[in-house]
Order: sequence, then C-alpha cells, then structure tokens
Amino acid sequence: MPVYNLNVNGAVRTTPDVPADMPLLWVLRDLLGVTGPKYGCGVGVCGACTSHVAGKAKRLCIRKNVDAEPVPNSAAPQVGDVGNQPIVTIEGLAVGGELHPIQQAWIDEDVASCGFCQPGQIMRALALIAANPNPSDADIDQAMKDNVCRCGTYVRIRAAIKAAAAAMSGP
Amino acid sequence: MARRSEPNEAGLDTTRREFLQVLVAGSSLMIGGVFLTKEQAAALPGPGNTSDVLDLGDTLVAAETAYKYNLTLEVTPHNRVRFELPREDKGQGIATTFAMVIADEMDADYDRVDVELSDRRADRTTTITGGSSTVRTLWEPARTVAANARLRLVTAAAARWGVLPTEITVKKSLVMHEATGRAANFGELSAEAAALALPVVPLPLKPLADYGIIGTPRGRKNARAIVTGAQKYTMDLAVGDTPDFPANAKPTVVLRPPDIKGHIVSINNLAAVQAMPGVIGVVQIDLPDRGAVDLLLPSFPQSTGVAVAADTFFHALAARDALDVTWAPGPLASTSDAQIEATLTAINLPLTPVLPIFSSLDATFDFPYVAHAPLEVMNAVAHVQGSSATIWYPSQTPNYQAGQIATALGIPEANVTMHIPFAGGAFGRHLFGESAIEAALVSQALGLPIKLMWTRNDDMRHGRFRPRTHHALRASWLAGTTLTFEHRVAAAEMDLRHGYGDLFLGPGYNGAHAAIEQAAFNATVSVPYEFGVTTQTILNQRFEVPTCSWRSIYSGTTNCANEIFVDRLALAQGADDIQFRLDHLAISTSLAAPAITRCLQQVQAKRNAWGPAPAGHAYGVAAHGEYRSAVAYLVELDATNPANPRLTRAFAAVDVGIPINPKGLEAQVQGALIDGWSVMVRASNHLDNGVIREGSYSDFLWARMNHTPKTIEVYVFPADPARALPGGQGPGGAGELGLPPGSAACVNAYSRATGTQPSRFPILEFV
Repeated sequence: MPVYNLNVNGAVRTTPDVPADMPLLWVLRDLLGVTGPKYGCGVGVCGACTSHVAGKAKRLCIRKNVDAEPVPNSAAPQVGDVGNQPIVTIEGLAVGGELHPIQQAWIDEDVASCGFCQPGQIMRALALIAANPNPSDADIDQAMKDNVCRCGTYVRIRAAIKAAAAAMSGP
Repeated sequence: MARRSEPNEAGLDTTRREFLQVLVAGSSLMIGGVFLTKEQAAALPGPGNTSDVLDLGDTLVAAETAYKYNLTLEVTPHNRVRFELPREDKGQGIATTFAMVIADEMDADYDRVDVELSDRRADRTTTITGGSSTVRTLWEPARTVAANARLRLVTAAAARWGVLPTEITVKKSLVMHEATGRAANFGELSAEAAALALPVVPLPLKPLADYGIIGTPRGRKNARAIVTGAQKYTMDLAVGDTPDFPANAKPTVVLRPPDIKGHIVSINNLAAVQAMPGVIGVVQIDLPDRGAVDLLLPSFPQSTGVAVAADTFFHALAARDALDVTWAPGPLASTSDAQIEATLTAINLPLTPVLPIFSSLDATFDFPYVAHAPLEVMNAVAHVQGSSATIWYPSQTPNYQAGQIATALGIPEANVTMHIPFAGGAFGRHLFGESAIEAALVSQALGLPIKLMWTRNDDMRHGRFRPRTHHALRASWLAGTTLTFEHRVAAAEMDLRHGYGDLFLGPGYNGAHAAIEQAAFNATVSVPYEFGVTTQTILNQRFEVPTCSWRSIYSGTTNCANEIFVDRLALAQGADDIQFRLDHLAISTSLAAPAITRCLQQVQAKRNAWGPAPAGHAYGVAAHGEYRSAVAYLVELDATNPANPRLTRAFAAVDVGIPINPKGLEAQVQGALIDGWSVMVRASNHLDNGVIREGSYSDFLWARMNHTPKTIEVYVFPADPARALPGGQGPGGAGELGLPPGSAACVNAYSRATGTQPSRFPILEFV
C-alpha cells in the first residue's frame, strides 16, 4: 500500500499507506479531516459528496469496479488514480475568509435548511456555471437533477444559482 | 456540562463561573428559577379529546410548565449571550429563531447571541422536539429568562453608577446612562450582575410593537458554516470540536440481515474478517426490544447484526462486505404489502349507512410505508468507559434515548451524557435512536470510542417508516347542507414509545396503548369545517415493520385524506373548491376556522390573479389548521403527460399568529410542499416478503430539481398583537403544518388535470 501526495484545496496533502482503490470520500473524511463532502448514499445516487476533480464535478463515494456509475461520467478517480489533479471540496471555495460568489448567493437566498446536501449542491452548481455562465431553468433542471435535497430547498437553490451566475459574470 | 467553544476573542479568560448565568437548580451557580408546586401543575389543563380545543402542543406546554424557566442563558466576558436550547435543530431553524427571540427581549446585539443545542437535561423530563412544539413551548419561558437577564444587567449598571435603573437604556448589548454619558456592555457588567441575589421571576415582557428583530426575515445563523463546509454534523466531529470528544473514535458499520428483523444463525468467517487490513474488532450486536412493554405485546425491535470497527469507513465497509453470515428469516418472511393492506381494509370500522333521500359520497385511500430518509444517515458517536457513557447523537427525545442506552449497557441512566449535534434532517426519525444504542454497545464491547454509521441501505431497509394506513370516508348532504362526515382510519400501529410529554410517557404505554393512540390521534387531527355529525376514528394493528411519527404524526395521512375528500365533495356538489371550503368554514365553530379562512382568501385572490390554467394544466387547493396555525396552498400542475406531471408554480398563505422569522417559516412551507409532492406522487417503500424493496434514492423516488416548481411564493400573515399579550396564544407551530395540505393540493391538482380520482399513493405507481 503506497502513500499518496494529493492536491487538495490548493495544498499538498500526504496520505498514510492506503489501498489504491480507496474512494476519495473516505481518504478526505477519515484520513485528511476534510469533512465538507458528505456520505449520503455511498453509491453515487444522491450527490452529497460532489466535489471537483480537475475542474469537473465528481462523486467521491463511488467504488470502482464495485458500484455502477449511476450518473454518466460522475465517478471521481480513486486515490491511486487521481495523481496530482486538483481536488477542490466545499472547503476550498473561500479564499482567505473571502467567500466565493456562489457561497454568498447561497447565504443571500438562505438556501439551506439542514444543509447536509448543500456542499454537493454548491459544487455541482459551480460546475454548471463554469460550463454555462447563464443557465436557463431547463439547464438548471438538467444539471441539478442528480442531487437530492431532502428538505426540499430546490426553489432556493434555483434562485441562488441564478444569482451566483449573475454575480460571477461581473458588471 | 460540556462547554462548547465560542468565537475566539483573544485575551479573555474563558472560565466563566463568575459571570452571569441564569440557570438550573441544583448548582451553586443557580441564580434563580421559578417552579410551580405539584398542585399548581396539576391544575393545568390535561390532555384533551379534540385538537381544536386542546392539541398536542398544548399538552406539551403543560407538561413542561413545572420547569419551564429552568433554562441556561449566559452572558460571557466576551460580551456574547449564550443560550442553551433544549431541543434538536435538524434544519428547521429553531436555533436562529431563539437567537432572535433572546436578542429582542434582552436588547442584545443579535450578532452577539449564540444559541447552542443543550446537552440532555435530565431535569427537563419531557423535553421533546416534535409536534411542531418548540416555539410554542419555549416562547414565553425563553423571553422570561432573557428579560430576567436584562433586568440583572440593568440593576448591576445602576448600582455601579449610583443611578436609578429607570434612567438606564439598553441597546445592542450596550447598557447606557445617557444623562451622564456612561455605558458598559453586557460582558463588562456580567460579573456584577451575577452577584445580585435575584430570583428568576415572571416579568412583564415586551409588547409586540417593541420588538425589532422578531418578525423580520433572517437567514440562518449557521448559513455561512454550511456553505463553507465548516458545519459539523455528528460524523464530522473531531477532537476539539467539543471539549470531551474522544481521540480515535473508530469508524463502524453493521452487516444486517436481508429482511426486517432476520437474525444471526452463525458467523462463518469471523477470524478471517478480524484479520483483514484495518479491522479493529467485529462484534455481534444484539438489540432486543427494551422495556416491559414487549413482554405483553408483539415487539418493535430493530434489525441488528454484526458490527465491524476499523481504521476508516472504507476498511469497515470492505470487511462488512466480506462477512459470511447465515441468517434466519425474520417474522415478516411471508408478509408483503398486499397482506397488510388487506388486513387494514378488513379491520376498519364500517361506515354508517346513509338514508336514500340524502346525497352521499364515499372514498377510500391507501397510503404506503414511507421512510424518513434524512440525507444524513442514522449514526452516532459513543464513548463508554466503565459505567458511564458519553453519546453524540442528535436525538429528538434525549431522555428517552438515554434510558434506552442505559438499559442496553446495564448502567445507570444518570451516567449517560448526551450531546446533541446539529442534524442533517430527521422528519421524526430521531424520536428513536437505534444507531446510538448500537454505537454504545460496540464501544462497550471493544473498550474504544466508536463512530457508528448506518449505510443508506441500512437506513431504508432496516429503519422506521410512516405507518401504512387505509382510510374510508363518507359524507352526506341534503339541499346544500352537509349532514354527516365520517372518516374511519385503519393504520399500521405507530410506535409512540418515546412519549410525547406527559400525554403518553413510555411506562403508561403498556396497558393502554390503544387508548393512548386514539388520544394522540384526537390531539392531532380535526375537521375545521361545519359538516354536521363529524366522526373520525383510528384503529391500529401492530405489524413487525418498525414505524415512527413522520412529519405531522397522524395528520400527514388523515388530514391529507380529508382535504382530498373535501375537494371531491365540492366537485360532487358542483361547487368551487375554494368557495365550498369557505362556505363550510363560515358556519363552523372550529377555533381554527378564521385563520384557515384568511389563508384561503389569499389563495382565492392569487388564483384569480393567475387566471385560467393553461391547457393540460390544473390548479389544486388545500388548507389546514393545526398547531394554532393555518396554511392554504395553491399549486399549478402541468399534467400534459399524466405519467410525468410537474408542478409549475405554487403559492401558499400561512398564518402562525406571530411569525418570528418569516424567512425560516417560508422554508418550512416550501419544503412541506416538496415533501407532499414526493410522498403523494413519487416515492414510497414496498414490503416484499419481509424485505423493503427500496435501498436508496435511486428507487426511493424523492423529488429532484426537475420535478419541482420553479417558484413557491409564500405569503406570511403579519403578527396578531393580541397573541403576544400575557395569556395570549403566542406563536403557533410551523414545522409540520404544511405537509397535510401540501400533499392534498398536489393530488387535487392531479385529479382536476386528469379527471381521475387517485385512491392509492404514490400516484405515479398506479397510473
């Protein structure tokens, strides 16, 4: 079992000896203390663990060769495959205490109820806006349909995505 | 009691023993407390027969009366006000609500008020987060304690400056004597205030008009923590997050039987699994039902199995998957939904025949089992040391939970400390806490702190469910006058052993559970309309499928069924759905009728403004009064494709008497509609020979972004000042209020859009 140097939220983080097929969710949560990505289903169907790997929204929980990939191209590489691709979790969005515009939009719209799904929702939404700076309602439906919010905050998430997209496009 | 860290402000000692605390009996720090005598408490209203006159929330208020001011409020040397809320915040926003309430009554700086979730309080016996009762039970006590704290700070300042207390003003945590220009903040006065020998007494509280924070929309206090990933849920806790959190709590998962309550015959490869990488221990856990109740009645025990503790959850899950266990089937091995539905239909009381000269309408409804499925799975951290246990679990019933844990461990209940972390949803599920009992048992067996997590499959296949119910309704009328309204419910029994205040404490449950369930039913369901002779009954049948209250207890099915049926009554009589309701409210003596009427009038105006629904679309309406609150919904449904309907927009009008945080209230009303849409149209659980078919959100079809309306507008009625007067009703409850009518409005819209009359839910399963 090797040791890996991961690029997590802009810093090099060194793992202890871990199996190469360990999902990043558990590497981050149990070994590196990065607990923003949540366990909600363990099989890639709820999106609570969504984070960015090399700029793409990926589900960190999926076990390669064990679980199916319920959403196409959503599985993150596992610890042995990720190399030095940048991993960005919800903790990596704010820089020096300065919130990312999407975080501010989430606060302004008071999106969260229990908040457990919101790190994944925000990371998924950010990838949407990066690919599509002015998403329509249909675009939002399509991009966000694989992230569950059990409290039913969808109307607020939608409003926050639009506000964030506007803020990020600049004046 | 453990102290949680407060925001760091350098240079100040965090020992606060000498600073102002308004708290609990039995401590040298006690400054005061008002306690009623047993006789005074006994004179309070007891459980009632109808929710209209005296509902569950009233009984919970009464149950807490004897120790209602026994609350902890502290002014720290850092000039922060710290209030310990003896409830669970699981996203409904009560920590923010009470920060607003405390700040307003104390004239504190809202940004300097911190509300923390209290550890288990053994001296607050009936503490429960349920029945939408938190604001109702703590509204007056929290303000009174805040007013007492304010009085002490003013008194201390007056003494320090040699001025009259009446010359002193307080604003944003600053105590001022304007004539002499002197000022001190709360923190600076705290030590002197603490030295005053004053009892906590009922004080005049502010009239509504004097509040500047209550009634203003506020975002959640922990919104920033949530969006930065800093919010800690139970499984995120680490050393330093709470003072006594153990190092090295071991990730643990449990292999469970394939069916509900299957049990272990043998573990066939124990040694091999124990030798797997990262594995620390393998423990067979046994969670028999605890308590005398089960000596007499069929039981409700949960499925348990074989726990694996390891270095990481990855290792624990791998070892769990490698376990080879021979199972014996559980008691439901040959039971499926069809038998349960047939049993409920068969046992239900017959409807009363109607004379042929009257017009009448019948309907039946069948509601399925539904998992709570909060996004945070069941979990807990436990550290058992000798005869003491420290537990981190976001319980809605900490004292009941502590008793369960103590019994399982064989230790005194007094030795069980429970910390209550913020939770990722609950919806009633945390009224029980099997994961906490399991974590404690594994910790005891291995002599290590344990961080135990259920998988989503565990949560859905071995959890608890909203009980399946069968409803039969009949109404009769003559010349436009409704003469009878009858609703007979046969239900899979709801497990209520956690108690709801003094209404039905665990021990009393044993002998009289049928009466208790009827009382609970009566305390939560009502018909607000004048429908002549009105009868509602519930008959319970216990099955081995574990159950639990699910957002709005009995109302989510019973009052939802009523509101669907009322819509059909209007249709049968050729009446407009809103006008029919208004007409039957106008002549009603129900105490809830005026508020429901106000809400429906808003809905009526909104529907007029929206104009006729587009082709293939329809509007659906429903209303509900409970918890001394009322709400009405209007939804617009696109059923162009009846197999793939979607809400396109929605509106709700809500009257809670005194809206403390309109923004939080809106979130509850919006979320309840999404819950209603999910359970009535999309999601359910199925029992197939003792196995719950669904395993995760892939087949438990909870609504997603693409199934939900783009807007849900909420109109919040302004406060009624009379309700804030001494002896007034105070604010009503809100958390569960929207679920019954939110559910019914979706069905009513579907019915009107498609010309069908769904009787089995979720609708899309039967299209």
